Amino acid sequence: MARELWKGNEALAEAAIRAGVDAFFGYPITPQTELLEYMARRMPELGRTFLQAESEIGAINMVYGAACAGARAMTSSSSPGISLMQEGLSYIAGSEVPCVLVDIMRGGPGLGNIQPGQADYFQLTRSAGHGDFHPLVLAPATVQEAVDLMTISFDLAFQYRTIVIIAGDGALGQMMEPVTLPPMRPPRQERPAWALTGVDGRQPNIITSLYLDADELEQVNLRLQAKLARIAAAEQRWECYLTDDADFLVVAFGTVARIARTAVRTARAAGIRAGLFRPISLWPFPAPALDQLAARVKGVVVAEMNAGQMVEDVRLIVRGRAPVRFLGRTGGVIPLPDEIASELTHMARIDAHANGDRG
Amino acid sequence: MTTMVMEREAPTLTATPWELVYQRPAALTDLPTHYCPGCSHGAIHRMVAEVIDELGIRERTIGVAPVGCAVFAYKYFNLDSCEAAHGRAPAMATGLKRVRPDRIVFTYQGDGDLASIGGNEILHAALRGEQITVIFVNNAVYGMTGGQMAPTTIAGMKTTSSPMGRDVLTQGYPIHIPELLAPMPGVAYAVRRSMHAVAEMRKVKKAIRMAFQAQLQGVGFSIVEILGACPTNWHVSPTDALDYIRDRMLPEYPVGDFKVDARLRD
Repeated sequence: MARELWKGNEALAEAAIRAGVDAFFGYPITPQTELLEYMARRMPELGRTFLQAESEIGAINMVYGAACAGARAMTSSSSPGISLMQEGLSYIAGSEVPCVLVDIMRGGPGLGNIQPGQADYFQLTRSAGHGDFHPLVLAPATVQEAVDLMTISFDLAFQYRTIVIIAGDGALGQMMEPVTLPPMRPPRQERPAWALTGVDGRQPNIITSLYLDADELEQVNLRLQAKLARIAAAEQRWECYLTDDADFLVVAFGTVARIARTAVRTARAAGIRAGLFRPISLWPFPAPALDQLAARVKGVVVAEMNAGQMVEDVRLIVRGRAPVRFLGRTGGVIPLPDEIASELTHMARIDAHANGDRG
Repeated sequence: MTTMVMEREAPTLTATPWELVYQRPAALTDLPTHYCPGCSHGAIHRMVAEVIDELGIRERTIGVAPVGCAVFAYKYFNLDSCEAAHGRAPAMATGLKRVRPDRIVFTYQGDGDLASIGGNEILHAALRGEQITVIFVNNAVYGMTGGQMAPTTIAGMKTTSSPMGRDVLTQGYPIHIPELLAPMPGVAYAVRRSMHAVAEMRKVKKAIRMAFQAQLQGVGFSIVEILGACPTNWHVSPTDALDYIRDRMLPEYPVGDFKVDARLRD
């Protein structure tokens, strides 16, 4: 299949179209706007639904409505817009309808800026809305991976009746890379049995997140948690790079993981056996895989474009078996390979010192 | 008033059964509602259901319930329905209708839901001329949370959050939704009706029918504001509540047609 040069945001849009998205609702926000613009052109061409909403609140509730009708519905936004969507995400999670969301993260808090960021790790994995739930969060590091994850996202969303979030950052959304796009999937005619289609010949379908009775709501929550446990067990994704013999590990996701690969090579050139562990699913976090590595490495460097968020998950998994250092850049500053490499060097030097090697 | 007693023979078991002329509409479930005595919601639910039956659209109608006293509307309508976040019903209905344009989609919303927290959603659904029908019940208070001031609370009206009476200089003025939406080109039908008397209630049902008719004809967005009674939070008897609508609410919220698209036919 042909490899073509695609911009991240537009590649995500085309991949969603080829994955069979029926309806897109969105609101402009940098640095994801090209995704919306692409959909505005392409969806009507294909006879599918595109609508620019009055706000991110409007957009997510339109997604909620379309998802209730059994459609493959999605939206995309960036950090401040995701904050506005959290209410809707909570309702969508509570009523168990499937949808896909793209977050091209930028610098925060507040209006922040439009540079790349990863400071919404907590928001996406821990607090995508009120109440007990986690979306399935997938963090691509390349435009090709963004396309590949988008291609499976609707199937995951419908399989589990859950929210799937593709979490990129401004760099991924804006960069152009060669990609191979999947074939166009034929549009789907059938609707799931739970969808709102009109009561023709059956009892009414009701989609709600309201359960006033405490025992009943607890049962709903237990069912939701059981589903999340199934997702946690089955949907962990990660990549290991040069970890087989690694003494020192970098843990990084998304754009930072690409920079970390260079840092790992730099460290290896200097004689430090370094490797990269890259979580692809941020929730569920690939804990068992990291746990195995943590049992035998001498040190871990966590690099993120935030003030330290994923590092909390890493520390919980490493459990003090190795020192964990954190390198964070914020505000849209992208860490350089040398910064990460020097963390590895520093860690190796301390380790050597502790083991009596003063050379 | 004199009562006429009709002389007629008692029907025998073999005779044709009497025709049942008043029964539960198919579009309503047989669940007793949770509404207070004298509340207008139950009667309005029934009228919506009757209209859905009469238009023969029950099998392809989808309802969107609000947050507020009518939050359980989805239990009372015998339809496919969903429950929206507070104020977001018009956005949710937009999503439903856009992916299923062959279905009839309506929202049922109160005044706190539609006119306050959902102001943006209703405004833009109307601006876009969404082919949805909005049943908007205005009882001038937040009923479910216990009678707080709503954007529709009339000047001087005492509520739990305007205990000295709504002071418009500091707490703002009442909002007039159909008047606000009527000038928008996408709006086909925007009217206000009242539940304070039987003759008025007949006009309510006719307006609900026209609002659904607008959607069936595809001529644009339709909304019926209905002045409803809330004896509980107005702290009056059910009958006094009807007088309260007539004497206090109607001067602020006159019934009338603010927009009726020329293409609309009954």
